[in-house]
Amino acid sequence: MKKIEAIVRPHLLEAVKNALQEVGVVGMTVSEVKGFGRQKGHTETYRGSEYKVELVPKVKIEVALPEELAEGAVDAVLKTAKTGKFGDGKVFVSSLEDVVRIRTGEHGEQAL
Amino acid sequence: MSMRRRLFVSFGIGVVLMLGVTGLRSIARAQAPAAPVEPAATTAPPPTPVAAAPAAVPDPTGDNTGTASDVVVKDAKAPKLDEVMSTVGHSKIAINLMWTLLTGFLVMFMQAGFALVETGFCRAKNAAHTMSMNFMIYPIGMLGYWICGFAVQMGGVGGVAVLGGTPPLNSEFVVNLFGHPFGLFGMKGFFLNADVYDVGVFALFLFQMVFMDTTATIPTGAMAERWKWSSFLVYGFFISMFTYPLFANWVWGGGWLSQLGANFGLGHGHVDFAGSSVVHMVGGVAALAGAMVLGPRIGKYTKEGKPVAIPGHHIPMALLGTFILAFGWFGFNPGSTLAGGDLRIAVVATNTMLAGTGGAIAAMIYMMTRFGKPDPSMMANGMLAGLVAITAPCAFVTAPVAVLIGTVAGVLVCWSVFFVEGTLKVDDPVGAISVHGVNGAWGVLSLGLFADGVYGEGWNGVPGKVTGLFYGAPKQFLAQCIGTLTCFVFVFASMWVFFKLVDVILGNRVSVETELAGLDLPEVGALAYPEFVLSPGSSVGAFEAPKPLPAPSPAPAAATARVEAL
Repeated sequence: MKKIEAIVRPHLLEAVKNALQEVGVVGMTVSEVKGFGRQKGHTETYRGSEYKVELVPKVKIEVALPEELAEGAVDAVLKTAKTGKFGDGKVFVSSLEDVVRIRTGEHGEQAL
Repeated sequence: MSMRRRLFVSFGIGVVLMLGVTGLRSIARAQAPAAPVEPAATTAPPPTPVAAAPAAVPDPTGDNTGTASDVVVKDAKAPKLDEVMSTVGHSKIAINLMWTLLTGFLVMFMQAGFALVETGFCRAKNAAHTMSMNFMIYPIGMLGYWICGFAVQMGGVGGVAVLGGTPPLNSEFVVNLFGHPFGLFGMKGFFLNADVYDVGVFALFLFQMVFMDTTATIPTGAMAERWKWSSFLVYGFFISMFTYPLFANWVWGGGWLSQLGANFGLGHGHVDFAGSSVVHMVGGVAALAGAMVLGPRIGKYTKEGKPVAIPGHHIPMALLGTFILAFGWFGFNPGSTLAGGDLRIAVVATNTMLAGTGGAIAAMIYMMTRFGKPDPSMMANGMLAGLVAITAPCAFVTAPVAVLIGTVAGVLVCWSVFFVEGTLKVDDPVGAISVHGVNGAWGVLSLGLFADGVYGEGWNGVPGKVTGLFYGAPKQFLAQCIGTLTCFVFVFASMWVFFKLVDVILGNRVSVETELAGLDLPEVGALAYPEFVLSPGSSVGAFEAPKPLPAPSPAPAAATARVEAL
């Protein structure tokens, strides 16, 4: 099993979510997050003074899925979340040791 | 008639609507006295006093409502001239009193505008505190003004003819200098006690009270996010009982600035129609003194002294507040005639909105040209700056000049914000010093430049109309300069000394911990947004964060911490 965490632009959430569902993802967790990458945010002016917007708002999508779906899911995110400009975000893929469905107590892929 | 009147008094809102109708009626009636007998003669049904009710014929157009039968006379067939005239006179004063009260109610609502503007420009962690200051300054200021502020300001104003005379306000403390009387403060009307128990005086109190409270709430913006509640309370009484009433007496209460014309031939003396200097500049200069004594917010300046932007947390709130203020200004300026029968109110109201527009557009264009984006906070400041500036000259200038005054104000407020922040190093989160102080001064000076000499006959007891420098009366401009200078020196000195004294006795500023955590809980005991996820940029939570997590197993602990941090 794999866990995919995709950090994307907030306004692209809908597109990424739909693309993930198309490749067979059946559940996800979405949270509003803030962060920065290599660009370290950007500067704005407020009442004539500059200030840095270091922590830029993003959306984090967390998906747990069987091994064989992982590649397709990453592709789906890349296709929909990419604008080609700085700030498109990142996708983290990691191995998942176990999943437990709380209602039934099932473990592993059955619980996905 | 008198029975119906008594009924009116008992119906809050109804009073407003119904007397509006009475007002219109009396205008129609005012044209009648030339031939007082005729209307009675031409009215077909006999106008017996009791007959009106049983007819039960509705009047959907209103053409037949308000007729001669509404004028109470002893003998309907032979009305006497003095009977008719006293009804006309009563209606005239009724229109003025109603106008003064209604516009006063509008000005009262500006407190809500100030509250929203100031709170919107502050950070979320200080929102309840900023809102609470704006809320409580209303009752605190009113209490102080009722105790002695009104007496000091208006106790010697003499008869305000448009409000029916206000005969009791007849006691001014005067010193003689250079062979001329200098009125310093009034001495009648403390606690609005029995000797000023008069409808005209009470209307005047309500109207002047809301103006004073406008001044009192201006410094809460410049001093927000670090001002100690106890110091704020003392301030509220001080400005409403002494600083504001004294300067207001000198300009509006018959004091020495208003007599510069009568005593020294300087035009009409210091003229300030609705309070660019009396209300706004006093507030703005008090804000400057307060913000200087308080010092900047933690983090406002870098070590090199460069100002750092601290963006407000709720721009829509601030813009809504600006709109409420702009709406309230329709009470502020046109109401200052104290007379609904003074038709100059049309010019005053229109000039007011035009100047606000000039200010907003000028500030927007300036910011877009210089920084690429309009900056909503400066658009709001720009509109307010235009409104502040037109407050003094609104009754004395033409429409194009009103736009010009507003436009200048819109640019001036931008420069001033950068100057106060960058050069003076005074931290003013909402721009109150620039909007009210600087543009208040511009307002009274612009009157001295642009007053066009068509209005203000006999202003401050000087024959002729109010005329400015560009219309051939340079001495009027000189009077405006003296008024502006006096305002700055007197208000700055008295407020500076006051804040310094409070600093020694009570302390003006909250502790560093409180300021970093936000003033909401420590100072007023409630969070504005208890479930608000605060931005990581603010230091809120500095108290709680160092608590070590229970750490059940090493790996997930890190993950949990990250999730919580977000």
